[in-house]
Amino acid sequence: MFRFLPTTINHFILLMGLTLMIVPVWIIFASSTHTSLFINTNGLQFFLGDSFKENYSSVLFKKAGFFQEITAIKMFFNSFVMAMGIATLSVVTSLMAAYGLVYFKIKYATFIFWLIFVTLLVPLELRVMPTYVVMSKLNLLNSFAGLIVPISASAIATFFFRQFYKSIPEELLEAAKLDGTNSWKFFIDFLVPLSKTMIAAVFIFMFVYGYNQYLWPLIMTTTEEYWTVVMGLKTMYGSISHRFAFVIMSMIPPVLIIIFLQKLFIQGIFQNK
Amino acid sequence: MSFLELQNITKIYPNGTKAVNETSLNIENGEFVVFVGPSGCGKSTLLRMIAGLEDITSGEIVLDSNIINNIDPSERDVAMVFQNYALYPHMTVYNNMAYGLKNRGISKQEIENKVNDAAKLLEIDSYLERKPSMLSGGQRQRVAMGRAIVRNPKIFLFDEPLSNLDAKLRNQMRLEIKKLQRQMGVTSIFVTHDQTEAMTLGDRIVVINNGIVEQVGTPKEIYSKPNTKFVAEFIGSPQMNIFNCKIDNGTAKIDNHSINLDKSVNNDDASIGIRPDDIQISDSGSITCKANLVEYLGSDMIIYSSLGDQEFSCKLSSKIDVKAGNEFKFDIQPNLVHIFDNSSGKRLD
Repeated sequence: MFRFLPTTINHFILLMGLTLMIVPVWIIFASSTHTSLFINTNGLQFFLGDSFKENYSSVLFKKAGFFQEITAIKMFFNSFVMAMGIATLSVVTSLMAAYGLVYFKIKYATFIFWLIFVTLLVPLELRVMPTYVVMSKLNLLNSFAGLIVPISASAIATFFFRQFYKSIPEELLEAAKLDGTNSWKFFIDFLVPLSKTMIAAVFIFMFVYGYNQYLWPLIMTTTEEYWTVVMGLKTMYGSISHRFAFVIMSMIPPVLIIIFLQKLFIQGIFQNK
Repeated sequence: MSFLELQNITKIYPNGTKAVNETSLNIENGEFVVFVGPSGCGKSTLLRMIAGLEDITSGEIVLDSNIINNIDPSERDVAMVFQNYALYPHMTVYNNMAYGLKNRGISKQEIENKVNDAAKLLEIDSYLERKPSMLSGGQRQRVAMGRAIVRNPKIFLFDEPLSNLDAKLRNQMRLEIKKLQRQMGVTSIFVTHDQTEAMTLGDRIVVINNGIVEQVGTPKEIYSKPNTKFVAEFIGSPQMNIFNCKIDNGTAKIDNHSINLDKSVNNDDASIGIRPDDIQISDSGSITCKANLVEYLGSDMIIYSSLGDQEFSCKLSSKIDVKAGNEFKFDIQPNLVHIFDNSSGKRLD
């Protein structure tokens, strides 16, 4: 009885939270399956309509933008490449930076680390002008590299990996040394597999961060060819149900990444420890 | 020429601490040598220098006629078992043992044979596919040993490998290590702070204190004829009784008792040591003391008492009836007494 009560309360609170988050999304999804005319006259809908296929396919393949150069599918592709690139590069750079800081006897390693950490105080929005100049001098405007590179180093991820490496016992490195590893092999054979779960977490975080970028792609792209989903949200004029359909679709890639990697994340927690 | 020679090895850490001071030592092929000493005495540092995990400030290490000072740890042909085992947590037992061999470019078939042989020897062949986290302390210990064995090294180095095990398992593993070493005949160096482990395992014991080798010898030599006061107190359980005294022409004066030492020694600042089990209680004894405390250990018992203001203990068969508060008489035999100079700590007889 005493155990039953708190569980019920817990579940009730969880259900409330879930409802709070799910219901608005559901309303948008339900509304996106009606025709615009129906929504304009009857307001937002809670139940599914019968225009799902028509709305979604027309959004996916319709040409959009001022010059009509881009489709939603292309936007999804661009966003995916950008988010993937940012997530992958952040993981690689921060893994390696942390490795250098912790395992190589660098003079002033702590100072260098804090220098990296201080960059958290300078977000992209603040350095957007100089970054633009650098990218344009490198001839990287209107390219995937230009979208990805300026956001592909993460101080917070470096911090996480550094703390994790510091918790790995020294003897592991020594045993590996006796077993004939060199510094590269130690990184690949030990640190990367040991930080698998952290890599998954950082990857999720950076993927969503990259996917949500708005200001930087807006500033550095001049052709519609490189538009991303988040930029497209603003330009999806057209009918209201098409806009809703686009919003729903724009949520799918980050959700998929989380679902996919969470499996690995949980697996890692239970097997590695 | 010995198999392993340490020649005037010194280690000074960057912060100025002198961990090892001018240590020289020869170890023969197939020998089991134990480094023993209190924590922080430099015994692990010495071992790590042999392994190549620590730079040598000065001196030379010669292994099998080659100077190995500047040779990479993996090429020294030594294998080490660490205190916390340092197993690779993300690899299976098999891969833990095979990893070093893979790095040496040994063929897959040969690796498999070697790992399987070692696993059989250590009775861990049924856990080869498990991860270290799924093993008990004793099993992990075996895997760590297996990892050392498969490499067929010239020397095994053990860095307090038993200190993480419970008492029963520790005794068991101690025996197994000794048996295994005999069986394989590989030169081994074992570091411990536990004098029982040192006494039972070693063919020879090296007692280290403050970075200096105090004494090298067989367990028997070290126990029966300690070179210094430190060794006398460190080896043996319960600890040797030490009495500060003045020795005048072979007679030691403690409190108001005179003890004849049968030796022509004169020293104003000396101490004499006698092991608790060398004190013989008899009704005809010349010294009378009161038992302050009696510890019953089953077959034996330990009596704690004091002579003047100096405390001592004696270990006796528990058949003798002495209770706390009782008086008892005993004698000190001159041939069982160890005499040390207090200022140098060296043995005088």
